[in-house]
Amino acid sequence: MKPLSIRDLSVSFGALRVLHDISFDVRAGECFGLVGESGSGKSTVLSCAAMLWSQWTGRVEIDGVSVQDMSPAERCRTLQMVFQDPYGSLHPRHAIRTVLSEPLKIQGFDNRDARMEQALGDVGLPVDFLDRYPHQLSGGQRQRVAIARALIVEPDVLLLDEPTSALDVSVQAEILNLLAKLRDEKGFTYIMVSHDLAVVDHMCDRFAVMQTGRVVEVLDHDAISSNGATEPYARELIAASLEYERIA
Amino acid sequence: MSDPVLDIRNLSVRYAGAPGPAVRDVSFTLGRERLGIVGESGSGKSTLGRALMRLLPSAEITAERMQFEDVDLLNATERQMLKVRGRRMSMILQDPKFSLNPIRKCGDQIAEAYRTHFRCRPAEARQKAVDMLEAVQIREASRVYDLYPHEVSGGMGQRIMIAMMLLTDPDLVIADEPTSALDVTVRLEVLRILDGLVREKGIGLVMISHDLSLVRNFCDRVLIMYAGRVVETLNARELDQARHPYTRGLLAAQPRIAGGRGILPVLKRDPAWEEEPAR
Repeated sequence: MKPLSIRDLSVSFGALRVLHDISFDVRAGECFGLVGESGSGKSTVLSCAAMLWSQWTGRVEIDGVSVQDMSPAERCRTLQMVFQDPYGSLHPRHAIRTVLSEPLKIQGFDNRDARMEQALGDVGLPVDFLDRYPHQLSGGQRQRVAIARALIVEPDVLLLDEPTSALDVSVQAEILNLLAKLRDEKGFTYIMVSHDLAVVDHMCDRFAVMQTGRVVEVLDHDAISSNGATEPYARELIAASLEYERIA
Repeated sequence: MSDPVLDIRNLSVRYAGAPGPAVRDVSFTLGRERLGIVGESGSGKSTLGRALMRLLPSAEITAERMQFEDVDLLNATERQMLKVRGRRMSMILQDPKFSLNPIRKCGDQIAEAYRTHFRCRPAEARQKAVDMLEAVQIREASRVYDLYPHEVSGGMGQRIMIAMMLLTDPDLVIADEPTSALDVTVRLEVLRILDGLVREKGIGLVMISHDLSLVRNFCDRVLIMYAGRVVETLNARELDQARHPYTRGLLAAQPRIAGGRGILPVLKRDPAWEEEPAR
């Protein structure tokens, strides 16, 4: 288990500043949520931490090592990302075997077949799925494959970008249960972006509320049900979610 | 029910080349009430909505009866449908980003909905559109009239969409996931505006949604769809007493704020749900 810390992370696209000095710490083995409206910069934080976008300033450290100083291979062994839309994040013409074996080849793992079978087993899919293509899988099965692809290189940190918002509630329940189980078994540290505070309350220990590229407040998950936020925007967001849930 | 807006009996829809029908033997009547249609993706709920609007030219639609007021939707010609669609029945789509024309002013698009169906001077249509923008609680309506879709927020875009669809005083509005693309902070506001106008004008509303708990609050009755069929019909208030295991499974799988952090109950699907008669 490794902790992650973000210090003064800032990003500008030309004249437009999209992230303003983002700082927070994620404890080892913790599930940390990022919430806020669309456009508030939640996903951008993940893209920067994963170096999918590298034009930023500040520091992102995993267990004291800056992600900017890691080699790409080392970085991918340390952190992996799961994206929102399982329909868009798997190559449509690659069989699941290709999807899972590529990271193993790149990282020079041995026993590839055994590892692929293990990874599929970990996410609750049968081994014969290795020879299927994404279009032969349902949305929930695809998201399981995306999670298997992330955990097959034995990372320490998983960055989850709205991992269930494209899925039905019944499938969401399966994926959330799976993520909770994997965290218990393998001790991952999660950062989870979500717009659904019920999911955050269910999964996360603490979470940061973001607005227009800033972290407004970092709260414990207990603060949701009691609306224990002090910043006006965080209160408004939590109140809206509570009201939606209550009347809905 | 006296004088229903919609009377549908045994409607089935099959897409060209598909192995089986996407909607099977769906029957319901709709008065001047709010009906929710709930189901997972792929359950056929949006197909049903589009079939009612006759927006599926290549699909094979069969029914014993498909009556919208005095219009027989099964046999109406496209020419007749053009007079009905957008005038007497209209549809609110999910995401204003993709359903408004990006290169035309929002207000002109609203006014167009009016001018398509009523002969009037442009200035009159503009005034109608501005009034309608005010009705959906947009401040500075005449300024917003001249904005392009990329210049408005998602919540405002969806209110513009609602304005466009209600401007012609339809009797039936089909709202297909009207708020699922919106942030939670504006979702309720948009729903309340839609709800207020629908009640005030006595419109029959069909609300298609994957969100059971949302439908509970903004509808009178709920149809639960699974694999193209209606498996259960409930009064929205009695949703907690749902008997069908599918409905109960959907309700249980939803994480709740302060709902504990145990393992979420997972839906166990029973192949029998696809065949057994609706409850």
